Amino acid sequence: MATTAASWTEQVSRARLHVVTGKGGTGKTTVAAALALALATGGRRVLLIEVEGRQGIAQLFDTQPLPYAEKRIASAPGGGEVRALHVDVEAALLEYFAMFYNLGFAGRTLRRMGAIEFATTLAPGLRDVLLTGKVKETVGRTDSRGRHEYDAIVLDAPPTGRIVRFLDVTKAMADLAKVGPIKGQSDGVVRLLHSQDTAVHLVTLLEEMPVRETIEAVAELSAADLRPGAVIVNRVRPPRLPARSVTPAAGGRVDASRVRAGLTSAGLDLAPEDIEGLVGETVEHAIRVVAEQSAREQLTEIDLPAVELPDIAEGIDTAALYELAEILVDQGVR
Amino acid sequence: MSALDVDSLIDDPDIHVIVCCGSGGVGKTTTAAAIAVRAAERGRKTVVLTIDPARRLAQALGLRELGNTPKEVEVEGFEPAGQLAAMMLDMRRTFDDMVLAHAGQARAQEVLANPFYKTISSSFSGTQEYMAMEKLGQLAGEGRWDLIVVDTPPSRSALDFLDAPQRMSSALDGRMIRLLSGPARTGGWGVRKVVGAGIMLFAKAVSTIVGGQLLADASAFVQAFDSMFGGFKQRARKTYELLRSGGTAFLVVATPESDALREASYFVERLASEEMPLSGLVINRTHPVLTKLPAARAIAAADNLERTGDAPLATAVLRLHADRVAVHDRERRLLARFTKAHPSVSVVSVPAMPSDVHDLVGLRSIGERLTGS
Repeated sequence: MATTAASWTEQVSRARLHVVTGKGGTGKTTVAAALALALATGGRRVLLIEVEGRQGIAQLFDTQPLPYAEKRIASAPGGGEVRALHVDVEAALLEYFAMFYNLGFAGRTLRRMGAIEFATTLAPGLRDVLLTGKVKETVGRTDSRGRHEYDAIVLDAPPTGRIVRFLDVTKAMADLAKVGPIKGQSDGVVRLLHSQDTAVHLVTLLEEMPVRETIEAVAELSAADLRPGAVIVNRVRPPRLPARSVTPAAGGRVDASRVRAGLTSAGLDLAPEDIEGLVGETVEHAIRVVAEQSAREQLTEIDLPAVELPDIAEGIDTAALYELAEILVDQGVR
Repeated sequence: MSALDVDSLIDDPDIHVIVCCGSGGVGKTTTAAAIAVRAAERGRKTVVLTIDPARRLAQALGLRELGNTPKEVEVEGFEPAGQLAAMMLDMRRTFDDMVLAHAGQARAQEVLANPFYKTISSSFSGTQEYMAMEKLGQLAGEGRWDLIVVDTPPSRSALDFLDAPQRMSSALDGRMIRLLSGPARTGGWGVRKVVGAGIMLFAKAVSTIVGGQLLADASAFVQAFDSMFGGFKQRARKTYELLRSGGTAFLVVATPESDALREASYFVERLASEEMPLSGLVINRTHPVLTKLPAARAIAAADNLERTGDAPLATAVLRLHADRVAVHDRERRLLARFTKAHPSVSVVSVPAMPSDVHDLVGLRSIGERLTGS
């Protein structure tokens, strides 16, 4: 299925933290969920985290809005398990305060006063530092035997327009005090995000603007010394038309009589306006195929592993997620 | 469900503001620009306020010219019966202008130079929405245009346009900043009793994390800002009232995708509760089928043809048609879910354009699809 570069590489499979970004509308949350299921296949335990307060995971798995807690959300083939965590920034800040300042009891009052929301808006970097801090905590967490609690973490991250700013903890820390526990923690986050333990995957569609944003984001990530992982091309539709028919059709040239002859031989005797309609659809389809080819060519500029996911006509439900996960596994995702 | 008549909306002399809302990525800017072009060609003196136009479209409409004021759109072949001016919102400049307008010269300079101001005027959540409202208020107040078409910021939540300004107002209210930067200063022990030990500890904790300098800047900002804040809030309220008036029409824009329609749904409900005038829903990028052939028949015929392999073109055409029917069916189901929940909302579907719209010709085409012409 994948036609560009190599598929999921050895290097990417060694990452423990898989950050999933992409232009809005490319299906980032769906892909993150499918990736989590794929990585959990074969008996592993994966945590799927969302940080933008959208409850996208709950919607995808058709469950109640998630609390701020790690909750089992799906089982993966081979005895694997996916847990989900919806990070509530305010709750994360309170948790932080409880840990370092013993502030548990005043939480509710503070929330009511809007004090928490205020603190996180006062210093925009504080939100991001807290969120990435929480992510790091889950990546590094070990059980009593010293084994990692999770085999992998998948982060449904902010879109490409904001991803580098989100991951650039050092810059976020510039607003904040240079001492104290949060500084210590953020040093660890910086180390994690810039290490081989982290891969940033980019979800795209075969369309001009998402591809352009993907290319720009890869450059930005590399410049910030962050590690792009794979490009995940989503919602791929089968080209259908024979290769040599694409360009003429895109130019409006479809041999209607040849189409009619073919249909007749299949026992379909359609009215002229229906043939015209089919031709119209074919032309539009061909124009899109040409655009997709151009998008694919542009993507080859980025020398990253690539995997592809098909468009699922009926829409995404839980069954479709498992289907997508299987397709990822087939392309070497592990 | 009735069909939304966009031309009637455009031609209505009592409508002076059309606001295009919806979550990001649904084509709001294109819709707003297309409506503005059509309105101008139908004789209205129109201005379109865009927020985040795509590069090529911005170039085509001359939106990238420096300046935070509308410029007449001058494009070869465009000779509207009315007029069209267009602009792209410069968030920071709009904020600067507000500060200058509402504070004395000395105070204004203090505010503009404050590092905390620099942060909030560019990255505070809500600033873009707030400034879009402010700019709308300015344009409406100038009385130079007959129709203002407003694009809204590309936030994930459609409701941000209505909510973010209020959030920002509350945040800049000063109470919180004062509390966090110097609870002792605001009254010492007396305050401590009222405010509570927990809050004090919180304030101390926050100031430790956030750092003394930031709080000092924020505190200085608030003190300087206080004098103009009344005007600030008042302006926001005035613009909000404009949005609720009879001369305003809201259009909710979406695509036939669950997320976009869900956001549209929230927005429709919110408008109803605020008694704000919703004209209807615009669904962009739909894929109507162009022929009545059912998918099952098409697939069966394609399978048939594939066996002999004699008619590759016809086979391909049948399969791509079946694909399209599946997409159309999905879109119809999603729309039906929306209209069942909101039966009184008028809807118009805008079929997907073969390629991205990035010039006047494309905008005119969208206008035609919007109005079924």
